[in-house]
Amino acid sequence: MAQETDMQEVEEIQCENSVQFLSFTLGDEEYGVDILSVQEIRSWEPVSRIPNVPKYEKGVVNLRGAIVPIIDLRERFNLEHSEYTNLTVVVVLQTVLNGVSRTMGVVVDSVSDVNNVDAQTIQGAPDFGTKVSTEFISGLALVDERMLILLDVKKLLKLDGVGDKGDEDDDES
Amino acid sequence: MSIDMAQFHQVFFEESFEGLEVMESGLLNLDMGDVDSEAINTIFRAAHSIKGGSGTFGFTAVSDYTHVMETLLDEMRDGRRQVTQPAVDVLLGSVDCLREMLSAIQDGNDVDAAGVAEHKKALEVELNGGSSSSEPEAEPEQGTTSADASNSSVGSGWKISFCPHADLLKTGNDPVRMFRELGELGELEVIVDFQGVPPLYDLDPEECHLSWTLILKGEVEKGDIDDIFDWVEDDCDLSIQKIISDENQNNAPEVNSEVAPEVVPEVVPEATIDSKAPPKVAAAKPAKAKESKPKPATSSSIRVDTGKIDTLINMVGELVITQSMLSLMGENFTLDSIDQLKNGLAQLDRHTRELQESVMNIRMLPISFVFSRFPRLVHDLSSKLEKKIELKLVGEHTEVDKTVVELISDPLVHLVRNSLDHGIEMPADRLAAGKPEMGTVTLEAYHRGGNIVIEVKDDGKGLDKDMLRTKAIEKGLLEPDVVLTDKQCYELIFMAGFSTAEKLTDVSGRGVGMDVVRRNIQSLGGNIEISSELGYGSTIAIKLPLTLAILDGQSVAVGDETFIVPLGSIIESININESMVNRVAGKGETFRLRDEYLPIVRMHEIFDVSSAKATKLTEGLLVVVDGQGVRCGLFVDDLLGQQQVVIKSLEANYRRVEGVSSATILGDGSVALILDIPGLMRLSNQ
Repeated sequence: MAQETDMQEVEEIQCENSVQFLSFTLGDEEYGVDILSVQEIRSWEPVSRIPNVPKYEKGVVNLRGAIVPIIDLRERFNLEHSEYTNLTVVVVLQTVLNGVSRTMGVVVDSVSDVNNVDAQTIQGAPDFGTKVSTEFISGLALVDERMLILLDVKKLLKLDGVGDKGDEDDDES
Repeated sequence: MSIDMAQFHQVFFEESFEGLEVMESGLLNLDMGDVDSEAINTIFRAAHSIKGGSGTFGFTAVSDYTHVMETLLDEMRDGRRQVTQPAVDVLLGSVDCLREMLSAIQDGNDVDAAGVAEHKKALEVELNGGSSSSEPEAEPEQGTTSADASNSSVGSGWKISFCPHADLLKTGNDPVRMFRELGELGELEVIVDFQGVPPLYDLDPEECHLSWTLILKGEVEKGDIDDIFDWVEDDCDLSIQKIISDENQNNAPEVNSEVAPEVVPEVVPEATIDSKAPPKVAAAKPAKAKESKPKPATSSSIRVDTGKIDTLINMVGELVITQSMLSLMGENFTLDSIDQLKNGLAQLDRHTRELQESVMNIRMLPISFVFSRFPRLVHDLSSKLEKKIELKLVGEHTEVDKTVVELISDPLVHLVRNSLDHGIEMPADRLAAGKPEMGTVTLEAYHRGGNIVIEVKDDGKGLDKDMLRTKAIEKGLLEPDVVLTDKQCYELIFMAGFSTAEKLTDVSGRGVGMDVVRRNIQSLGGNIEISSELGYGSTIAIKLPLTLAILDGQSVAVGDETFIVPLGSIIESININESMVNRVAGKGETFRLRDEYLPIVRMHEIFDVSSAKATKLTEGLLVVVDGQGVRCGLFVDDLLGQQQVVIKSLEANYRRVEGVSSATILGDGSVALILDIPGLMRLSNQ
């Protein structure tokens, strides 16, 4: 999977050198997701809780007739929980898993910017050993002297059991 | 003209499969001896469309094959051939063969050429064997009847002499275009005769002075040639003559009877041309339109009765009117008009509901889509099993959701096969038991409540409870000392690995199947029940929800959360007092409802709702529910209201959640979960 993403990035370098990322903050950290996988940005609204699921899966909302799960990225990344306010933002991400389009909302503190990142400057995810889970991180980028942690949307959306029906094209080695 | 033909393939396949079904049911209904020519015509037309379509798309294997069928049918239609049972059987076999070919092509697989060739041979044998005995009758003299009769006769080539009248070009017809079309049918040789061309100074450029002799080689149908000349036959002298080759004489006996070159008389005065043309066009059009309907291919499509769409359009119209009325009112709203507003909203409510119902209706198909395959099945199986069986279909027009139609068909096939194989006795046994020799299997569908019930009924030997029991014990599926009710006894046949057949047949008896049938039906949200009387037959009733898209639900409150309980599974709701409650091993709570002890499932506990108001059993309500025959009491805070809810998949973007079947969107836009009662029971047992 990781190689595949790299391949895509390599292709993108060839046609145009920069990739656009939507950046958002979680506490002091700044994260980025590929802008093409962002469907919309919404403000936080109460969700319908789903029983007996991990705590970071906050529940589901009605997104124009579709039932969309909402996950809390802070809790997903084991950061300390913060209260939801009027400024709390839900980034609705969309990607194709196993040939099926999946939509999911992630709760973040705030959305900051859209950054052009030179694909060649993206470096691979560092290895922190077991201390920090880097499972969702596809790389690190430098933007205006700040570090942007780039997230792999596919892995992020692949909650346990989501899109588990078949594993044709999405096998992770 | 480079249209991507692939986009029409889907439509072609759908139409072809429909055509095959028409042919099949037509063939099965053919009454030997007394043949209704209209019945054969129907079969013929279906075959013809498939041939035309497959030719258009270049599936030559299919069109060649259908062509042989068509020849056979054509002879039957003309009365040149007796309709015999062997012939019908061969034709039925070829319908199967065609179906296989088409599905192979649809799936992009190779057609099993050997199998097809074998079938084709059988057809050809039938064609040659049968027809030579019956001498062809005198051909009709001329005109359209003769054209029809020889419509499908085929030669290795045609000689067409075409002498247009001088004003052919004025009618907008272009011979060159026609020749080009002919050229697409086969190898075309054009010989022009320009003797009629006058000297240059007499020449009127708007007149046509040429005439042609065309030699068309290849297996072309006369009908196709006729189609091309259809528009001009009144403006020309046309003769189409078959080039007879040796090969054809051996192959198709009807060639012997070949009509003398048929000349379309040129008697029509010019004045009538215009008035005559339109009906012809109308007659020719439908066939063509069918072959290449310009509709983009989709992965799955549905045919909807135009009536349904018209109602829908009417409703949308009314909805728009109501909407504009309301928005007008909103522009200068005063408190005086509050009554009007209420009226308007009530209207809006009604229209939306009606609209919803009719939209749902679009997905409804008559159950005959499923039933139609059974006459064939019974026909084939009864001859294989050497039993005499009559199939009765009742309530074929009962409508049911498309998904249900698609998914119910396999389980039903299984049940009917079982009835034929195990239920109905051999004719001798039936007579000995004092029953008519002919066994009857009835397939019946009807609506009851919000469900559709499909019954498979036979008047066979019925289920033997004791035998079932013994078998189950023998196979180790049942402890010898368990007492079973009649119903439980019958349900043994749904257990995996259970089979009562004395020996394995290829029809049934492997002991897989009934459990799969039940699982399939349960996954559709239905259930299956058996009733039987030994010696008199058995009835298997399948109860299914009418639609999988809408559900009658009861909303219940647990703390701040709202859940939907499917109304169909609710038996009653009760307030209970402490005296009704018993505890098993200090934990498992049961309550007594009349004569039954039912477990209590505390919703707030299994769904971990912290805000639940009622934690003592006396504070809340018990909703007694039934999930696949097992009952329990759901402990909730309160009942909220009944409503129809639109089922939304949780799995589309999320995943399966135990105890929850799907979700829905409430009036305030929030999401509520629809409870899955059997799942809840499993959850509470953990």
